[in-house]
Amino acid sequence: MSVSIEQQGQGQPAAAREPLVQVRGLEMHFPIRAGFFQRQVGAVRAVDGVDFDVMRGETLGLVGESGCGKSTTARLITRLLDPTGGSITWEGQDIARMSRRQLKPLRREMQMIFQDPYSSLNPRKTVGSIIGEPFVIHGVEKDERRRKARVQELMGQVGLNPEHYNRLPHQFSGGQRQRIGVARAIALKPKLVVADEPVSALDVSIQAQVLNLLRDLQKELGLTIIFIAHDLSVVRHTCDRVAVMYLGKIVELASSEDLYAHPRHPYTGALLSAVPVPDPRMARGKQRQVLGGDVPSPSNPPKACRFHTRCAKFVDGHCNVEEPLLEAKEGGNVAACHYPLTDQEIAERVPTAAA
Amino acid sequence: MAQPLLEVKDLSVHFETEDGLVRAVDGISYTVERGRALGIVGESGSGKSVSSMTVMGLSRASNARISGQILFDGKDLLNASEQEMRRIRGGEIAMIFQDPLSSLHPFYKIGDQLIEAHRSHNDVSKAQARDRAAEMLGLVGIPDPRGRLDSYPHEFSGGMRQRVMIAMALINDPKLLIADEPTTALDVTVQAQILELIQRLQSELDTAVVMITHDLGVVAEVTEEIVVMYAGRIVEHGSAETIFGAPQHPYTWGLLRSIPRLDTPRDQELVPIYGRPPSLINRPTGCAFHPRCPYVREAHKRVDPELAPAGNGDDGHTVACLLPAKTRQALWGALSAGSSPEEAREEVPIPEHEMSPSAHGATDAATPTGAAAVEEDGGAVAAGSSGEETHGA
Repeated sequence: MSVSIEQQGQGQPAAAREPLVQVRGLEMHFPIRAGFFQRQVGAVRAVDGVDFDVMRGETLGLVGESGCGKSTTARLITRLLDPTGGSITWEGQDIARMSRRQLKPLRREMQMIFQDPYSSLNPRKTVGSIIGEPFVIHGVEKDERRRKARVQELMGQVGLNPEHYNRLPHQFSGGQRQRIGVARAIALKPKLVVADEPVSALDVSIQAQVLNLLRDLQKELGLTIIFIAHDLSVVRHTCDRVAVMYLGKIVELASSEDLYAHPRHPYTGALLSAVPVPDPRMARGKQRQVLGGDVPSPSNPPKACRFHTRCAKFVDGHCNVEEPLLEAKEGGNVAACHYPLTDQEIAERVPTAAA
Repeated sequence: MAQPLLEVKDLSVHFETEDGLVRAVDGISYTVERGRALGIVGESGSGKSVSSMTVMGLSRASNARISGQILFDGKDLLNASEQEMRRIRGGEIAMIFQDPLSSLHPFYKIGDQLIEAHRSHNDVSKAQARDRAAEMLGLVGIPDPRGRLDSYPHEFSGGMRQRVMIAMALINDPKLLIADEPTTALDVTVQAQILELIQRLQSELDTAVVMITHDLGVVAEVTEEIVVMYAGRIVEHGSAETIFGAPQHPYTWGLLRSIPRLDTPRDQELVPIYGRPPSLINRPTGCAFHPRCPYVREAHKRVDPELAPAGNGDDGHTVACLLPAKTRQALWGALSAGSSPEEAREEVPIPEHEMSPSAHGATDAATPTGAAAVEEDGGAVAAGSSGEETHGA
């Protein structure tokens, strides 16, 4: 599959063009086993050949419905999973097949923030030891007093009261717990932070606090962020570039401006059309384009274009026969579609495109 | 005009706990007309779910202290016996919940659960109930409804399960459907399907809908009238157009400005609401929102505002805010022109003592003079103290 990688950098400031991570043909096929000998009878193609770059200092969004492979992709990049194919180039070296021991020094450079601030913090540990743990694991700041000072500094940085060093997670609210998760992630000054749905468990008034915190930290520390979310409004606000995934493949990739102003892939158009708009007049005027049915099973994905079973622009004999390549479309978006949306169709389906 | 379908009058639901009295719902009133849709918006702990659970008679725990009135079709539900409530619940009033997986019994087939729901309220044969179940599954858009009756919940996807829940809720032709965060656990595409379904059923079957959610987009799409709740009380109530177009409560402004939206410029700053939702045991004195309000004045920390007409000529619009109506309108004008709360505070002078009719309670609303309010409050307002330090991040 040939992919015009050069196109992906579009809409980026020149300084951010240098890639930190390059992903090529990445695959994760989880085996399905059955029978007495647990023989493999099939595979769930959670991630099935994705190519993209993550530029230094940018925030790359991964969006799509549940089961599209966005979280799996993130876990592959941080090597919490062993990919079944493809390469992941981290600062020039392929880490896709590195052993745990080889990976250990790299681990401190890539950190994760998880969705659920209730289950991702050990309830029996104090906040101080949770945030200090990365230092212990990687043998940095062995002196306990200095470690405490560093942890308290981090707590201040993420907007927690450093005096709460000895408190337990249950004494904090959801938003504060997410701040603890952020402090832990940035403790070792990583190059890459993968945030997997970091605000979806939080109250609406708290979400903005955490989003602003992430943005400020990114500026301050020069972080590169992979931001996974299903909320398209949050992604638009947070990310420089966005990759839309469907059934283990990237179907569209563009800068946030381009993607939300003129989505070219019909799936992106359907996603944007489905977002409820907090404006009753606009909501009443819009022709909501509702996608029928559910996402097909990733163990037996549709042939050729995987979206053809739900696509409004499906052309029999083409979309179900020839797989569309990820290539540049009008306006600079990179999309995998034979019949990308026209400006006219976008205006009809996505009333927010003009904003 | 005919009697409204549901009338909630001065409802309070307090729970006695080891830590103290939790005032989950603290004197709220609203009405729902037949066939209309009301949205209740608020954060976790604002009392939005407890109030509707009480309508369903589901908060009758031994530690619950419930007062007020809930009139459904003229019947007082708070005084109804458990037996009567069983008849109403799932019959005339139905409810759908956030998590469709935990609301369906995993051991029983979908069909059997639907049949049970129908037969417990109607004297029909099993075969008739089965027909009805299949009809309902078809109505909510499940392909091959008759065949799917023998499926188990785990064989359905999340969106399909929520459709099954809606089919079950509507199987007895309820007059009122209470939907508590019906789409929160779902993907946007499935959410759009479910919202469309609820809207279609509302207009086809003339069912009234109470939609409880924290998602402002969802209420904007589905409901005509909106109630905003904070700390167990209603702080603003009006038509959807008003709440989104000319809101008058600083909490509503906060909600509208703190969410990223697709219909505003991408680089528009998010303005978080500082602090966090208040404790329902130790409710802040005065206006419960004052510790988080950027426009707070000393007097607001002592006077507890009541819902009063918003003072903008819109009859159906009420708000519980002590800022004078003129000040509120000017502040919202500044905010919607793109000012941050800090800038708006600079641009709009906020009077120290003058307060809106909310300070007097609804009964005295006819005399909205600021001077009188100050007298009543003891006049000991510390002039010049800004009170802005109360909302540190």
